Amino acid sequence: MRISGKVIKYGDDINTDYIIPAKYLVLTDPKELAKHAMESLDPSFTEKSKDAIIVAGKNFGCGSSREQAPISLKYAGIKAIVAKSFARIFYRNAINIGLPVLECEDLWDKVKDGDQLILDLKSGKIENLNNNTYAQAQPLPGFILELIEMGGLLNKLKRMIG
Amino acid sequence: MANIIEKILSRASSKKEVTPGEIIEANIDCAMINEMTGHLTIKYFHEVGAKKVWDREKIIMVPDHLIPAPSVEAAELHKIMREFAKEQKIKHFYDVGRGGIAHQIMVEKGHVKPGDVVVGADSHTCTYGAIGAFSTGIGSTEMTAVFITGRLWFKVPKVIEIKVEGNFRKFVTPKDLFLKVAKILGASGANYRGLEFKGPTVRDMSIDGRMTVCNMAIEVGAKAGIIEPDEKTLEYLRGRVRESFPIIKSDEDSEYEKSLEINANDLIPLVSCPDAVDNVKPVSDVEGIELDQVFIGSCTNGRIEDLRLAAEILKGNKVSDRTRLIIIPASQEVFLDALREGLIETFLLSGAIVANPTCGPCLGGHLGVIASGEVCLSTTNRNFIGRMGSTKSKVYLASPATAAASAIKGRITDPTSFKGD
Repeated sequence: MRISGKVIKYGDDINTDYIIPAKYLVLTDPKELAKHAMESLDPSFTEKSKDAIIVAGKNFGCGSSREQAPISLKYAGIKAIVAKSFARIFYRNAINIGLPVLECEDLWDKVKDGDQLILDLKSGKIENLNNNTYAQAQPLPGFILELIEMGGLLNKLKRMIG
Repeated sequence: MANIIEKILSRASSKKEVTPGEIIEANIDCAMINEMTGHLTIKYFHEVGAKKVWDREKIIMVPDHLIPAPSVEAAELHKIMREFAKEQKIKHFYDVGRGGIAHQIMVEKGHVKPGDVVVGADSHTCTYGAIGAFSTGIGSTEMTAVFITGRLWFKVPKVIEIKVEGNFRKFVTPKDLFLKVAKILGASGANYRGLEFKGPTVRDMSIDGRMTVCNMAIEVGAKAGIIEPDEKTLEYLRGRVRESFPIIKSDEDSEYEKSLEINANDLIPLVSCPDAVDNVKPVSDVEGIELDQVFIGSCTNGRIEDLRLAAEILKGNKVSDRTRLIIIPASQEVFLDALREGLIETFLLSGAIVANPTCGPCLGGHLGVIASGEVCLSTTNRNFIGRMGSTKSKVYLASPATAAASAIKGRITDPTSFKGD
């Protein structure tokens, strides 16, 4: 599974209150949630988020267990997130809703905002088309890759019950 | 050779032993949802075509973030909870006036036992490690899977042990102990790890204090915080938990990824400064910063011991004209205890407002949202930009003792050197 998109770059410890503030958790429509993604940290986020890839530092998604965090990013058009590391609940939530997340230590230093990336989820290989550099993310374990390819855990449950 | 987390996870996955890094599938003893994340779980449950939950007695439903409903949107979420509880005949649904903050209810009402594996659709689910359970926060979709199957996969975490000895000085609290840990480990220092608190000081701590330190384990990224059950645990659980449970403890020679040693004698009141929980400084370094609001409450510090400590300082004093003090007991039971002990009267006489049990202002929900340019000192667990209201406000995190002394002075004040007016 290959994904391409333009980079939106952030630093360390991007918490779930920045991704989607708690006051919006009462919204039940994911498209409405998406309108407020990242608004306190980066007010121009939704203007550039369509088909983009977030590249972040360590501990992306720390804080709350709110699944509305990855949901708001996904519905804002984010195709994947590559971070030095993730907070664990966010990491699981993203996979469960079918939003690809990759851990990569050395990509962050090699990209700038707007660079065009190609990710290969299976191998973890990441190519930056702007400066012709490569980075290697940790490949996803088989069962996680399978969940993402299925479009998330709900589709698996549907099949199980179906 | 195994630590308490490894032992609990091997028992829950029917394995003889487990090793860190291994992926296991565990039986879930108890699962909790609140209204903010639970409404998605309920929606997904219906969406995938599920008909019946795996066990109607093992699901605990507690609307707590926004109770009673301050908006139509919140009221709709509560309605979704109520209807689901009725449809699935959920045995334990704590509606407005019956419960309080879910994390307090789970322990107080005996839903969690030592040795259990518990999940909650809220990050502070790690609180129940205080009574020797493995408990962790999960998302709404995974909770749907738990509601249907009663099982969930986990990666067995590496564990960091935190050994504490010595005695807390007067007005230095378990909150200050955790802030010290946050300072040492940093916001991601325990990512994917378990944190085991142990040592004579931890054994001397009440269940209330143990809940405070386990509650904040998530703030350094931990999967779970945990403390071995002991006599204090059993005494607390008497009359709360009816079923029997095993006493699971770490082996003497268990393996840990790393070990921290803290001497409580050396601890001083600490404060997390804006905008990160690990931005920890001695209260004395920021003393004098003027406060618009002080909040005492939440799943971190809204228990009876916290309220007693605040009342001890507030008694006979007045909240500064410069600030407003909001106090929220964590549950109906805590509220009633505080009322019977005369603490509520002390609070009201001091000029504080006492509100009903709820998460309320901790997440900028209601009952004390702060305006732009305002500064709040809070006994809660997060101080990210905009957490309690305006993105132009600031939040300092500290203990109930620091909060009470600061409310009287109207500025950040060290409770250990505080003298009433």
